[in-house]
Amino acid sequence: MLTKRVIPCLDVKDGRVVKGVNFVNLVDAGDPVELATIYDREGADEVIFLDITATSDDRKTTIELASHAAAELRIPYTVGGGFRDIAGMRAMVAAGADKVSVNSAAVKNPELISLAAAAFGSQAVICAIDAKRQGKSDKWEVYLAGGRIATGIDALEWAREAARRGAGEILLTSMDRDGTKEGFDLALTRAVARAVPIPVIASGGVGTLEHFAEGIIEGEADAVLAASVFHFGIYSIRQVKEYMASQGIPVRLDF
Amino acid sequence: MGHEIVVVDYHKGNLLSVARSMSSVGAEVTISDDPRTISEAAGIILPGVGSFEDAMSYLRSSGEADAIVSSVRAGVPFLGICLGLQLPFDRGDESTTNAWGNGWVPGLGLLSGSVTRLKSDRLKVPHVGWDQLHLTAHGRECPLFVDVPEGSNVYFTHSYALSDDIDEDIVTTRTHYTRSFASSVWKDNIFGLQFHPEKSSATGLRILSNFLRFVRG
Repeated sequence: MLTKRVIPCLDVKDGRVVKGVNFVNLVDAGDPVELATIYDREGADEVIFLDITATSDDRKTTIELASHAAAELRIPYTVGGGFRDIAGMRAMVAAGADKVSVNSAAVKNPELISLAAAAFGSQAVICAIDAKRQGKSDKWEVYLAGGRIATGIDALEWAREAARRGAGEILLTSMDRDGTKEGFDLALTRAVARAVPIPVIASGGVGTLEHFAEGIIEGEADAVLAASVFHFGIYSIRQVKEYMASQGIPVRLDF
Repeated sequence: MGHEIVVVDYHKGNLLSVARSMSSVGAEVTISDDPRTISEAAGIILPGVGSFEDAMSYLRSSGEADAIVSSVRAGVPFLGICLGLQLPFDRGDESTTNAWGNGWVPGLGLLSGSVTRLKSDRLKVPHVGWDQLHLTAHGRECPLFVDVPEGSNVYFTHSYALSDDIDEDIVTTRTHYTRSFASSVWKDNIFGLQFHPEKSSATGLRILSNFLRFVRG
């Protein structure tokens, strides 16, 4: 049986790992590839490097990171953040990234997802969606620029379109929960998981072991992503997976 | 001059993970697209990138296909990964519009049988992620799976798999998804893995290390 995945996310700025609380107050937590190698040994199923600066000057640094990761990592990895066009994504795949994750650029130009899926295959294309609940309703809006820019686009609609255009996975972050440690927005996760025929990675808000299991069981996600709880050693990947297994979730524990 | 392990480059993607994984288990690795270099290899790795038709077309026009087939027929250990497992078989149906008209693309023809698309209304295709290897009796004898326990998890990413018309006697592991398919095969000096050992963490490295041991005899 295909296992549910646990994915540490490494936010990267200028080639170093950082993790923001609600995307501000960044704290340096080390060398991304070295940290990812530790996560590989600890049983991470894949890792995501998210380039949070992504100005044109530092793309070279990010391509070097992708190439370094290809040489050192023995699990699949994704590079996300800052893609503007298919050429940028192609450079990352050529450097060895197993998947690329696209966010703002795809919202602005959805055709980018179709092009990327045709060029690299759906399995290599993740559409990242940052969603914020509208008031107290069960409706979520797509936000850009780390939650600063509202788009007026419905998150479920956008997820459906991304899947239709060939995205292989949705990386879904709740902007209301990100950095809060209150747990995933389970209603959002479940709504998107039911709206699309592709895997959904739940992100934003993990604080406890229970939160990871809830994301899969109640949120119906295929994978759970977290950053600071791993980076600051609050939980090891093994602890998380053993807890998930105890809740009846199929996970890879032979590492 | 000989080469220990040659990773065959057919210019469809990044081979660094495969090459570095092999060197990390102690192999001397050369990445090459030169048929002469391939002919001098003590062990050949054919990695998996792109589509069956594209790969076959490149391998044939470059002369790599002939070099691989002669070496393998001469007994040189061969490891095919993902698409590289599929290419040694008779045919693949990756393409519906091709020079052969009927949707079948001829493979290297070293092993008999075909490669077909995974299909499901319920399960997601491509089959992507960590899934289990179920060892057959032949698999328990296979040098590649020494110290690889039944049920080990490895990383898959593929939409096509070996069909049931292959010789059952060469199947070393099966994996159950949209159908139960042969996730690895072994016949004499030919080994094939549908999954990616270079992305399968410690289990993958053990399998690659076992291949190196086989090459070194």
